Amino acid sequence: MTALLELKNLKTHFKRDKVSIPAVDGVDLTINKGETVALVGESGSGKSITSLSIMKLIPSPPGKIVDGSIIFNGKDLVNLNEDDMCKIRGNDISMIFQEPMTSLNPVLTIGEQIIEVLMYHQKMTRAQAVNKAVEMLEMVGFSRAKALINEYPHRLSGGMRQRVMIAIAMSCNPKLLIADEPTTALDVTIQAQILDLMKDLSKQYDTSILIITHDLGVVSEVADKVVVMYCGQVVEEALVDDLFDEPLHPYTIGLMGSIPSLEDETDRLQSIEGTVPPPEHFPTGCRFAPRCPHAFDRCREEAPSLIQMAGGRKARCFLHSDKEATL
Amino acid sequence: MNATTLEKKGSNHLYSSSDYLLEVTELKKHFPIKAGILQRTVGSVKAVDGVSFRVKKGETIGIVGESGCGKSTAGRTLIRLYEPTGGDILFKGKNISKMRESELRRTVRKDIQMIFQDPFASLNPRKTLKHILAEPLITHNLYKGREREDKIQQLLEKVGFNPMFINRYPHEFSGGQRQRIGIARALAVNPDLIIADEPVSALDVSIQAQIINLMEDLQDELGLTYVFISHDLSVVRHISDKVGVMYLGRMMEFANKKDLYDEPLHPYTQALLSAVPVPRRKGVERRERIILKGDLPSPSNPPQGCVFHTRCPAATAMCSERVPEYKEVKKDHFVACHLY
Repeated sequence: MTALLELKNLKTHFKRDKVSIPAVDGVDLTINKGETVALVGESGSGKSITSLSIMKLIPSPPGKIVDGSIIFNGKDLVNLNEDDMCKIRGNDISMIFQEPMTSLNPVLTIGEQIIEVLMYHQKMTRAQAVNKAVEMLEMVGFSRAKALINEYPHRLSGGMRQRVMIAIAMSCNPKLLIADEPTTALDVTIQAQILDLMKDLSKQYDTSILIITHDLGVVSEVADKVVVMYCGQVVEEALVDDLFDEPLHPYTIGLMGSIPSLEDETDRLQSIEGTVPPPEHFPTGCRFAPRCPHAFDRCREEAPSLIQMAGGRKARCFLHSDKEATL
Repeated sequence: MNATTLEKKGSNHLYSSSDYLLEVTELKKHFPIKAGILQRTVGSVKAVDGVSFRVKKGETIGIVGESGCGKSTAGRTLIRLYEPTGGDILFKGKNISKMRESELRRTVRKDIQMIFQDPFASLNPRKTLKHILAEPLITHNLYKGREREDKIQQLLEKVGFNPMFINRYPHEFSGGQRQRIGIARALAVNPDLIIADEPVSALDVSIQAQIINLMEDLQDELGLTYVFISHDLSVVRHISDKVGVMYLGRMMEFANKKDLYDEPLHPYTQALLSAVPVPRRKGVERRERIILKGDLPSPSNPPQGCVFHTRCPAATAMCSERVPEYKEVKKDHFVACHLY
């Protein structure tokens, strides 16, 4: 498999009162062609900032990619200027957001918002773009697509808007689709529709997907590979089956213990004590140590590195330092 | 402290013949739609349209449904934050659905408290914790002076707070901590029944688990009864004894949680349960997924007959004509569907 996107030691920091806040602090991530990768973590873990960094949509100032590289299709996006980046955004990499209510322009018709993308990136004529827009809307499951292109977003429900967003995102046949919590604002029955649609489209067009979510159910539903983030760092990476079979990092274990089961009786949830520290108060050693039930002295003094293990698994934890694979 | 208040209440009020703390029968809440210069009523949104269920003391009832199904409106109507359009609410055997506000305040307001979804919006940002927690005590004229201060400190300890924080403001705390404050405020007046409207939906999963555990501990300790409203089917399964499923203002199914989750009868419940993505291990089969077509119809113009027939995979001609009766088809298992 060839890598489509490779993040190497990506660091995105924000400046506040002359202090640099490490929101994303050395993230390595590889997405292969046709692969769906899930980025998991709680609020404040840096997962959304990672995705915005890939799109170079970090508000600057105060944000800045201070180190690392983003290799997309052999090109490093970090050094690309804004003009070249515009050609990639929406064309090679597109994005759908959490809030379908606010991510569409309320004063433009649905059709206009798809046509715009096609005329800009694919240099289509207006007539061609209109036809393509209808086709895209049909593809995401609208039966009356012809009428829909003349309607405004407020006439649609949340699930329908998210499908329109997907139609816009997929209209230029992107190589990578970044979906930031695409179903969090939706009801479960609608969520099921959207996840199915994303799976179908990625198979049909061989699109890679980076899905950002906090919902482990969604992860197990769509992802091939899972990357768990905590406090701006990757703490665990594994194939989806391996991760759910045997999570290695105490944070991942805690996260799984925190979710009640739909199918079995659970006695008591194993919550993780305490809360995620704000970036200006990240602990010196392992960032999870203050909340970790297994923490020992070394964890509080020395920061563990992401350990490579057999089977392509990675974990940032001293408990597994004996399992380090010799490469 | 709580045991004595409970005893006192027990002797003051006569329970009805049943041992239910709360009995809701055919509860309705319609919101008028007004239009034109004269603001004439041109229709109504039937947010809650005939909901019945009963809650025993010490139980947790879960109410689940998708957005717009009326679960929050039902919660607010049954403690009279909204005036019910119809139906009866029996609390400790007393009908509170038409009780006057002054009497309501004197007799039952203290016994029913609410926890809200958004811990950022439900606490006054300009008041200290001390003030926030003292307010219900002042309103109901409970505890005076030094006792009141002690009570507030006890409340903070009960929800896992350092009592030193008494003079701090809500913005100094995280979402999970604020939700603890919301719980402490609800507990301040020693209620019997707590209506929790999506209390953990705004929280991260690890914090969500902390709050759920806290609510369970408090229930064991204080003998509380919960009506737990949520869209999260897994959370509801975990915390509830009985679960009701709502759709478009109506109760579609109501049963013990084991029956409801293991053997859902209503096609809507079946579809809902099958739609939840579940974290699973290798080789574990998932439920066969039933994908519902289309979106929720508008509650201002609900479909004729069974409200679910437009999306139901098992709908027949009869479903679009007659409203199915909400009836007990098995012991303690209520369903509103023509299939049964």
